Amino acid sequence: MRFACLHLLFAVAAMAQFDPEYVVPKENPHATPADLKNGQQLFMGQCARCHGPKGEGGRGPVLAQPRLRRAPDDESLFLVIRDGIRGTEMPSGDSLDTLETWQLAAYIRSIGRIASESVPGDPKHGQDLFQNKAHCSQCHIVNGQGGSLGPELTEIATLRGAAHLRATVLDPTSTLSQGFLQVRLVGKDGRRITGVRVNEDTFTIQVRDLKGGLHSFQKDDLKELHRDAGKTPMPAFSTVLSPAEVDDVIAYLATLRGNQ
Amino acid sequence: MRIALCVWAAVLPLAAQVSYERLRQAEANPGDWLTYSGSYNAQRYSALNQITAANVRGLRPVWVYQMNTTERVEASPLVAGGVMYVSEPGGSVTALDTATGRPFWRYVRTLPKVARGCCGQVNRGVAILNDMVYVGTFDSHLVALDINSGIVRWDTEVADPKLGYSITGAPLALKDKVVVGVAGGEYGVRGLIDAYDARTGQRAWRFWTVPAAGEPGSETWAGDTNKTGAAPTWVTGAYDPEQNTVFWGTGNPGPDWNGDARAGDNLYSDSLVALDGDSGKLKWYFQFTPHDTHDWDSTEVPVLADAVVRGEKHKAVLFGNRNAFYYVLDRTNGKFLAGKPFAKQSWAKGLDDSGRPIVLPNTEPTVQGARVYPDLTGGTNWFSPSFSPQANLFYVASRDGGGMYLKGNAVYKPGAQFNGGGQGPILGEEMQGIIRALDPNTGNLKWEFKLRSDAEAGILSTAGNLVFAGANEGDFFALDASTGHALWHFQTGGLINANPVTYLSGGKQQVAIATGNSIFAFGLGE
Repeated sequence: MRFACLHLLFAVAAMAQFDPEYVVPKENPHATPADLKNGQQLFMGQCARCHGPKGEGGRGPVLAQPRLRRAPDDESLFLVIRDGIRGTEMPSGDSLDTLETWQLAAYIRSIGRIASESVPGDPKHGQDLFQNKAHCSQCHIVNGQGGSLGPELTEIATLRGAAHLRATVLDPTSTLSQGFLQVRLVGKDGRRITGVRVNEDTFTIQVRDLKGGLHSFQKDDLKELHRDAGKTPMPAFSTVLSPAEVDDVIAYLATLRGNQ
Repeated sequence: MRIALCVWAAVLPLAAQVSYERLRQAEANPGDWLTYSGSYNAQRYSALNQITAANVRGLRPVWVYQMNTTERVEASPLVAGGVMYVSEPGGSVTALDTATGRPFWRYVRTLPKVARGCCGQVNRGVAILNDMVYVGTFDSHLVALDINSGIVRWDTEVADPKLGYSITGAPLALKDKVVVGVAGGEYGVRGLIDAYDARTGQRAWRFWTVPAAGEPGSETWAGDTNKTGAAPTWVTGAYDPEQNTVFWGTGNPGPDWNGDARAGDNLYSDSLVALDGDSGKLKWYFQFTPHDTHDWDSTEVPVLADAVVRGEKHKAVLFGNRNAFYYVLDRTNGKFLAGKPFAKQSWAKGLDDSGRPIVLPNTEPTVQGARVYPDLTGGTNWFSPSFSPQANLFYVASRDGGGMYLKGNAVYKPGAQFNGGGQGPILGEEMQGIIRALDPNTGNLKWEFKLRSDAEAGILSTAGNLVFAGANEGDFFALDASTGHALWHFQTGGLINANPVTYLSGGKQQVAIATGNSIFAFGLGE
C-alpha cells in the first residue's frame, strides 16, 4: 500500500473491515456490558496513550466528561473514531471494524458518565493568582483577555485533565506537545529574537517573540538559528507558587470549559 | 461523462499523433513529456537546458490550474505539442494549453459507490499513444479518450472494484498496447499487470503477481494464502524496447503486518518483475523483501541506465526501495550487482551476495509494538527518483524515521481491508526528509539536502544541471545537480506529493508540478 495509515498514529491489533456502504445509525446498536468490556480493551490499546487511561486527557482532550464538543451524539462519535479529525492529531481508526468502532464509542460514553475527578483548591483564589502573582495572563488568553504567546486557555478543562495541567504548571517542559519548539535567532543585521516557532518550511521560519510579535525570516538571512528542543519560555511555577497555591490555580483552570 | 469546454477545440493546434516511434525517441525530443517518467528508461531526466543553474533564480509562475477537488493530487502531467494532459483524482482527465493554463477539454469520471482504496482517490497520470489518451480509474477501469476532444473511445473493466481493486497509477503505452497495474494491497486482492490492445481495449495479456496453486512460486505461500496474497502493481514501470521487456514493481503481500499464516517468501510480492512486452510472460524476477511484514511495497520506479560495477559495464536497472536499500540489478537477467542502504534502517544487517536481505532478529511486528526503521511509508515511496546521465547521479527523495510496528488479527472478507496490524509513532521523533544523490554504481552518498519535515515528492533532473523537488510545506525548489546547493525556491502554498515534469511551451522551457489541488507551471521571465 501507499501511505496506508499515514495518519494511523495508533494502530491496531484488530481487523480492518470498513464497509463504504455502511449507513451509520443515530444510536449505538452495540452497548451491552460485553461490548463495553471489549471497548475498554480497545481504548487502552489505542486511545489511552493520548486521552489518558481513564479518559482524563493528556496529549488529547478529556473524554471523561458528559458532553464531547466534537461528538455530541452517538452518530458523530462513531464518525470521529472512524474518520479522525482533519487538521488535528486525532487519527482515523482505519483498522477498526464497525462493531469495534461502536464498542469503543460505547466505552467512551460510559466514562463520560463517571463523576469527573475532584480537584482540591479554591478556584476563586486560583483566578487571582493566575492574573496577579503568577502573571499567567501575560501569555494566555482566557475569554478574550490576556497575552497571546502561550496557548489559549478558555476551554482548557475540556482539553486537558487536572493531572496534566498540574504537571504543566510545575514543570512545563514535561508536557511539551509534538512540534513545539523554542528558538533563538540572530539576523545578519544583528537582530536577536527569542520566541516560539509558529511555522517553518525548508527555506523560511516564522516566529512569535516573547512579547507576542510575529517575525518571518528566510533562513539564508539568519546568522544563527538555535533550536532549544525541550525548552519553553513558560517558567516552572514550583518555585513561584506554594503547593496550596498550585492547587488553587489548577482548581481555577479546571473551571475553564468555554461556553459549556 | 465529458464536458466540452471549448467547442472550437478542433481548430486549435492540439497534438495530433504521438506514435510509438516518438515514444521510443522521447529522450531525443525533450520538448514533450510523453510518458509518466518522461521516457521508457524512466530516468525522469530532461535534456532541456534553457533553465540553468545560472538563471534559475529568474523562474516564475507562468500559470496555475486549479482542480475542483479536495482529494490529494499526485498527478504527473504529460505534454505533447504544447498540450498538457493531466489526470485528476478518481481518473478524470483535463487537457490544458501550456501557454495559458486554460483547459481545452475535460473528461470527468463519475465513480460508483463500490470504488474503494486504502489511501484516497488519487491518480498519478495518463498515457498517450497515437491519437488517444489512456487513464486508469479509481473504480478499476482503463479508459481510452480521443486526444483532441476527451471523448471516450473505449472503457474496459480491468478488475472488480468490489473486491478492493482500484487503479491509481499511470498506464504505460508501448507498441500497440497499454500496460496498467492495480492497487488493492490492503484488501487481499490478487495482484496483476495487464496489457490491452490500444485500439480496441481488448485484453492482450495478464500477468498474475501471485501464482495460482501448482504454478512456480506457489510453494512460497503456506496453505492457500496465495489466494489473498495481494502484491499489487500501483506505480508505473519502465520499458526496454531493445529487449522488449517491461519492468514493473510489485507491492506488499497480504495481510500487511501479520505474516504468520503465509509462511514462505511470498512470491512475487515486493519484487521487480521483467515481462515480455508481447506476451506478458515472466522473464525474471528479483524479490527485494522476502516475506515482508512491514508493508514495504516495491512499487517504486525502476530506472534503466548503464552501470559500471567492479569494472564491468552492465545494462542495469537502478532501484531505490521502500525497504531503505538501493539496488543495482542486471536488467538482462535480474542478477544482483550491488546494493546498500540509502536511508536509516534497522531491520537488516545488510544484503548477501545474491541481494537477499540478512534480516535482524526482533524486527517483526508485535502486539506491543516493535520499533523498526524505516517506518511503513519507507525509506522512499512511490514518488519518482531521477537519474542524470549528465551528472551521473541517482537522486532519491528519502526518509529517515521509524515506527512502532503492531501485529494484529487478519480475517479476510471480500472487499474489506485485510491488514493484520498497523503502525504507531515513535513518540518524540520527527520524520526527516532528505534529497539524496547517490553514485549510481555503488549507492554511495554523494550529497544530501535536508527538508524541514517529510519527503513525499518526486525528483526531476535536467541538462541545465538542476534537480527539481518539492516539500510537504509547499516549497518547490531547484538544487545544483552536482552539489545539492539550493539555487531557487517558491512557496506554492500546498502539500507537494507529486513529480515534476519539464517541456517546451512555444519554444520556452517550463517546469510543472502538482501542489495542493493545483498544477503550477514555471518559466523564465521575458
